[in-house]
Amino acid sequence: MKKKIYRKIVHDTFAWIIGLIWIIPFVGLLMTGIRPMDELLHGWWNLKVLHLTFRNFIQAWHHPSVPLSQGTMNSLIVAVPATVIPILIATMAGYGFSRYRFPMRNSLFILIVLMLALPQQMIAVPIFNIMNKLRLLDNYLGLIIVHTAWGLPWITFFMRNFFTTLPVEVEEAARMDGASDVRTFFSIALPIAIPAIVSAAALQFTWVWSDFFLALILMYSPNKLLATQRIPLMRGVYFVNWGLLAAAAILLMLVPILVYTLLQKHYVKGMVGWSSK
Amino acid sequence: MNRRAKFSHFGIFVLPALVLICVFVLYPCLRTISLSFFSGGKLTFSNYVDVLKSRDVVNPQGFSRGEFPLGALFDNLIWIVIHLPLTILLGLILAVYLRNVKGGSIIKSIIFLGMVMPMITGGVMIRFIFDKDIGVVNAFLKLFGFVPKTWTAYPETALFSLIFGSIWLWTGFSMILYAAGLETIPKDLYEAAQLDGASRTRMFFSITIPLLKPITIVVVTMTLLWELKIFDIVYVATMGGPGGASNVLALQMYIYAFKGLDFGKSSVVAVFITLFTLMVSIPMARSAGERR
Repeated sequence: MKKKIYRKIVHDTFAWIIGLIWIIPFVGLLMTGIRPMDELLHGWWNLKVLHLTFRNFIQAWHHPSVPLSQGTMNSLIVAVPATVIPILIATMAGYGFSRYRFPMRNSLFILIVLMLALPQQMIAVPIFNIMNKLRLLDNYLGLIIVHTAWGLPWITFFMRNFFTTLPVEVEEAARMDGASDVRTFFSIALPIAIPAIVSAAALQFTWVWSDFFLALILMYSPNKLLATQRIPLMRGVYFVNWGLLAAAAILLMLVPILVYTLLQKHYVKGMVGWSSK
Repeated sequence: MNRRAKFSHFGIFVLPALVLICVFVLYPCLRTISLSFFSGGKLTFSNYVDVLKSRDVVNPQGFSRGEFPLGALFDNLIWIVIHLPLTILLGLILAVYLRNVKGGSIIKSIIFLGMVMPMITGGVMIRFIFDKDIGVVNAFLKLFGFVPKTWTAYPETALFSLIFGSIWLWTGFSMILYAAGLETIPKDLYEAAQLDGASRTRMFFSITIPLLKPITIVVVTMTLLWELKIFDIVYVATMGGPGGASNVLALQMYIYAFKGLDFGKSSVVAVFITLFTLMVSIPMARSAGERR
């Protein structure tokens, strides 16, 4: 018995050492962000002199050329609609694929599944041209439309898989009572689907927030740049201002980490369900 | 159900999504394919020839001299060869090992953090841990007498630094999926095996691994897709440098299209990436089909 307890302690301690190793870069980033530059010369792990300061964070937030405050605002302007709109459209599509039969249903669904594999590079140049023609280049609406369309295949796939696991009896009862299909969807199917919708929304929001490539090709006015686009611009040309860069990186990752912490279960369920089934 | 009802279902529920997908995803894809075959208004393979001759994607000279740059395509392949087995093994081992640890879910969250944050900050952090003065890797190696250097700034180490950094970022993905998979394995299977006198190793190889096969297919596919599409990390950490030593296909596509304004060549690279991603998705699509 004693041996067993001893083994358990060793096992747990080793697990925590792994956790510590994994978190070191984050600790380093935080230390670099909250300490003045001259203290960092001997490494962020050197704690002989320790002063804490928020200067780097304030500087990144109010950066003279690429303020992160503006970037955060812009990213929210894009990420909120680019989450809500595709979720609504794709939930309906996923419902349609799971409940109704129509011509070419299976081929259309396979087409959507194939799109999950596409790299964004495959649409980049034509999307640039389309948005140019629509006068939506360097325009949030253009970026929202692209993110919407890009999110539709996986959310449709995800929601369809969710709806196929639901029994149809309740919906049929509603239909017997004379509710229309649209009414049945909004008053019965949609409320039941809320956990799945939260999962999909958590992931879609995080991905749009984290997106760099689409923003890079579609947005270019300095005051319209999204938060992710501002990070490489903060690096500096001749030397890297690590304090500033670390603070900016922390500010940028706060939002997805917050989403993850608040919606942990949904987030992981989304990830597992989105990739399996 | 009559014909009209069928079409109204299709029209109300599926059509809006389908129209958006066709206009903003499918059409651009087809357009990229056609761009890759046109040069100077003629239907030709010359873009493909140009890309392969340019040494950006495949660089035979690098091979004969045995040094970087080897070309973007080979950098992606090296990425896969190192990153795929390591992240999957690490993820599986961690999922099993952390199962009964006190506070294991906190450790899992820490490891998963790399997956949660934007990859652009992931790239910043990779550059950060390999930095000459402030990087923790150098601080550690100094203990063993190594001379500190910025590992991402030298052609012979840039790519490997990015790859090992990305293992740190991505392991959380396979770990979380395997952890979820482990939950679905019934406990009595292990109990029965224990009664039959099976050892722990034996149980791992004859129960855990086979029952996790569907998860493994998913993890391998998603990891391959991620490795083939890798962009942000490289863009912010090395910009493919120095001298193209850490270039990858997705970045090369961006450079051709938006720095060089050569849409023919950029489309060729995009088509290459898509061919690979579609190829690696086949097993997952098939296993999804089997279960239906």
